[in-house]
Amino acid sequence: MSVPNEQMVNGYQPTSNLPAPRHVGLIDVLWTVAMLVIAGIGYVQYSESLDFYATGTLFGTALGLGFLGWVWPATRWLVGVVAIISTFAVWQYNILGADGPVGRDGLAEFQESTFLFTYFLSSTAATMWMVALYFLAIPTYFIATLVRSNYGLKVGSALVWTGSLMGFVAFFTRWREGYLINLDYGHIPVSNLYEVFIVFAVFTALLYLYYEKRYNNRSLGGFVMLIIGISLAFLLWYQFDREAHVIEPLVPALNSWWMKIHVPANFVGYGTFAIAAMVGIAYLIKQKMGGDGPNDRLPSLAVMDDIQYKAIALGFAFFTIATILGAMWAAEAWGGYWSWDPKETWALIVWLNYAAWLHMRLTKGWRGPVMAWWSIGGLFITSFAFLGVNMFLSGLHSYGEL
Amino acid sequence: MTSQAQTARKRRRSLSSRLYTWLTSMNLAIALLSILAIASVIGTVLQQNQPVNDYLIEFGPFWYEAFNALKLYDVYSAGWFVTILLFLLASTSACLIRNTPGFMRDIKSFRLNAQDKSLRAFRHSRQYESDLSAATIVERTQEIFAQLGYKARVKEREGETLVAARKGGMNRIGYVLTHLGMVVILVGGLIDSKMYLKTLNMLGVVEVETRDLPVSQVPEESHLPPGALAGFRGSVNIPEGKWGDVAFIGLKDGYVVQNLPFKIEIEDFFVEHYDTGMPKSFNSKITLTDKETGESIDETIRVNHPLRYKGYNIFQSSFGDGGTELEFDAWQLFGKAGTKQALEGTVNQERSFEFNGEKYKLEFRDFSLFNVNPTEGPDGSRENTNFGPSVTFRLRDAAGEAIEYENYFQPVEFDGTKYFLSGVTPEVGAQQQFLFIPADRNDSIETFMAFYATLKDRDEITRIAADLVAQTPQGGQGGAAQSSAARSIAGMVETFVEQGFSALTEQVDQQMAERDMPPEMAEQARESSFRVVQSVLMRAYMETLQDQGVEEFGDRDEDFFEKALDVVTVIPNYGSPIFVAPTGFNHIQSTGLEITRSPGMFWVYLGSLMLTLGIFMLFYIHYRRLWVLIKPADVNDDGESTRHRVVVAGTDARKNIDFDQAFAQFSDELMRQTGSNDQNDASTTPGKG
Ligand code: HEM
Repeated sequence: MSVPNEQMVNGYQPTSNLPAPRHVGLIDVLWTVAMLVIAGIGYVQYSESLDFYATGTLFGTALGLGFLGWVWPATRWLVGVVAIISTFAVWQYNILGADGPVGRDGLAEFQESTFLFTYFLSSTAATMWMVALYFLAIPTYFIATLVRSNYGLKVGSALVWTGSLMGFVAFFTRWREGYLINLDYGHIPVSNLYEVFIVFAVFTALLYLYYEKRYNNRSLGGFVMLIIGISLAFLLWYQFDREAHVIEPLVPALNSWWMKIHVPANFVGYGTFAIAAMVGIAYLIKQKMGGDGPNDRLPSLAVMDDIQYKAIALGFAFFTIATILGAMWAAEAWGGYWSWDPKETWALIVWLNYAAWLHMRLTKGWRGPVMAWWSIGGLFITSFAFLGVNMFLSGLHSYGEL
Repeated sequence: MTSQAQTARKRRRSLSSRLYTWLTSMNLAIALLSILAIASVIGTVLQQNQPVNDYLIEFGPFWYEAFNALKLYDVYSAGWFVTILLFLLASTSACLIRNTPGFMRDIKSFRLNAQDKSLRAFRHSRQYESDLSAATIVERTQEIFAQLGYKARVKEREGETLVAARKGGMNRIGYVLTHLGMVVILVGGLIDSKMYLKTLNMLGVVEVETRDLPVSQVPEESHLPPGALAGFRGSVNIPEGKWGDVAFIGLKDGYVVQNLPFKIEIEDFFVEHYDTGMPKSFNSKITLTDKETGESIDETIRVNHPLRYKGYNIFQSSFGDGGTELEFDAWQLFGKAGTKQALEGTVNQERSFEFNGEKYKLEFRDFSLFNVNPTEGPDGSRENTNFGPSVTFRLRDAAGEAIEYENYFQPVEFDGTKYFLSGVTPEVGAQQQFLFIPADRNDSIETFMAFYATLKDRDEITRIAADLVAQTPQGGQGGAAQSSAARSIAGMVETFVEQGFSALTEQVDQQMAERDMPPEMAEQARESSFRVVQSVLMRAYMETLQDQGVEEFGDRDEDFFEKALDVVTVIPNYGSPIFVAPTGFNHIQSTGLEITRSPGMFWVYLGSLMLTLGIFMLFYIHYRRLWVLIKPADVNDDGESTRHRVVVAGTDARKNIDFDQAFAQFSDELMRQTGSNDQNDASTTPGKG
């Protein structure tokens, strides 16, 4: 610090060096307005098929994206590019479906005869791109971390961003494809295991990218992408062995507006819990290898500890919302907001587990390896709630049987 | 007051205060969260509220009793489970009571009595010297606080000045909201739970009914008048065209009847389907009539779209057969085949009849309008085909043995041929097997039955055999040899028809063996025997066709012949003396409604809202305090100081690393603005935890 003394004494007016708090700027407002305008256009286009709740969800999403853009400006690029590509694809589908639905064969024929759709835009092709890019990101991140290549890490991030982009494109085209096959089949693609695995992958990847930016450190990418990779391996098996990617109509119980918000909220939770567990693994590895040092490849233990907390806190908040939404949906579909159905009960178990984790950390000040192990254990409980319940237990949650 | 009384009081107080301390301890809270989680697992692993027999079979009598004693078959309303919940409720409430006043006081306070020594002992603490006047330092400090969004107070103390600031008091409100929300949810949930009903039952006010009775015969002690329970969840099945005004609430191993203040009449139940045959929605057209006002409401309810009326909610939850009326032909298969009787029946009811002096009972169990099955399309692709309506029934003989059948109304096409299907399940749990009876040109079963009747008619077959023998070169002359040949052929045909092809083979082999023929000759004789039987069957078939008025014999008829013989050979294993050919139905369904009242729901939702808001406030509002203490470092002759020592300290309730950064930024900035050139940093920021 080398400010001359006189200056300070003589009525020196300092310009603050403090980081400016994030104010709402013109761009933020414009962006939010743009989102609302797009939602408005969507509303005008589809108003007949939107009820009160759906309209609320539409504009709520627009506001949410506006907020997200403010918190994390990079998402605006993602939203913009996804919007352009998906609009193009949907526009093509609209032309195809101008005279009504074309059926599975009609759709397949169109996709096979159009280069762009065969290789990029059909939901199956876009999903494959997502899978491939995410897979590729795993070794990229790991190798780059190992050889300390900053450039390599950036490539890793780029792969994840692009993969997420394709994931969203797949999501939107799949949504349109359902209606193209048969108006009755159309639904938001979060209704079976195949679809929610895509949601899981994209959400987890994006949440990770957020932490990557927030902590300005990319070296945990390999760990997080690994768990995404594992889930995508399952997705591939599910697609090729069980033909899970085939678009089927909804079972009556799922035909509800609640599904649209209940499922995504859940996956913010699942995603962050997965991240916390993977960071927990990185934490334990680093700790075994001697802890913090001057030449670290991974973030400091304190930072990794903090990421776990931040991730679990965010996940806990969203999981709470998701569970409440689930209860509200159940109140409408089954006659009671809480039936102790296995899926419901396991959601509660997951929630209680993280509530205990948070209390331990906050009120008892627990840190370090125990909490890291607990994060990892938490993922097992979460996975059971997500998959195990559907595989091993019976209940009212009818989707996603294997 | 005696000293004895005093000590007793003391001890009592200390006991209750010890209890209070225990209730508010974090260890208990975490233990309760974990115990609740673990206890919840049980009910998901062990299927709840199944019939007693299922458990008995699965666990055996000993473990059945053990688990039953622990109430593991209905964990979530077991006393011990509810006790855990109540403890959680008590513990959370106690925590709130204990912490809230302090927290509220805390967020109002600026902690203006912080001392130099304690500030320097903070984890986030720093000090430096400044050449500025105390007033200037205070002013600049306040500016920075304002910029950072802190509220600040200045306190002049003996020879020193303290600027104390805080921010994020809402975080503490978040604590209150979160935990109060949890309390409100638990209370709301308990209002809607069966706890109250169970208490009534325990007190003997309400009795559990275990018998399967019509509502009108359920004794009064098991009826609950409307409004007796604040919240309940019951269900009821009502057939189309009928009405109901009660709901059944399962309790222990039986039920109680909740009377409703309205009648629900079911006009229609219908299922909408996708083109794949998958159901798209389940709907009931209902008319609700208020008993008091006579007001009535027509509504169609479906899954996800309940009807709400005066605090009652009516949901579509299941469906079943409400007594579909059936018409069917009972074709005789044993004895005098080919005759039929047109009968009627009703699903969920029985029908006794006598046949050849034997008593039988038909128990109609179910009817389904659609039977969509995956089939393979002509190009081998996956398809879904609707086989049309079917009826499931059991045929019980006088000894009480029963076989279950599922017969289809309409013929179903496989590989170009249409068949009447009859599924047989010989014993419970066995694989269903199908009889494929070919349909004739008119898509009717008549031809097959007529053909079968001919085959079973000994005289006819003997006549046909005689005709055939007469046509052979050796035949013509007639006489005893001829009729004995015809009789033996007829005998072979009978074996085939009554016992199947393998029995016929055996019989022929035996005859060959009796005649002691050389092997080549035997083989030839065998072949010709089969040929002869075959021609008799064929002739019988042709005559049947003629009787049916068919003139031209085509490929299709030949095909029919083969398929019919396939059936004939398996009929002996079919197990039924009659064939029930369903011909008509009047589909009557019943709808399963879930009827609930949940006054606690409002509280649960309110609590959920508080919980959600509270959690976000807890996580995303940082509750922070900063202090800047300015002390004179030297005192000149006028008693004024030209240099000051500045102590900076801060805390964050969360102790996360973000505060390391925030504190460093703040103190750096403060030092930049007020520090002197020659820094003498006494302590440094704990940059890394
Ligand atoms: C019923 C379920 C409960 C839930 C869902 C719950 C939830 C939470 C959450 C989310 C936090 C914030 C943790 C963080 O910011 O990292 C918290 C903090 C806390 N909870 Fe609970 N809690 C529950 C029960 C209890 C009980 C029974 C107690 C009493 C022993 C308790 C005492 C506390 C305390 C003292 C804090 C710290 C507040 C602070 O200093 O900021 N909680 N709770």
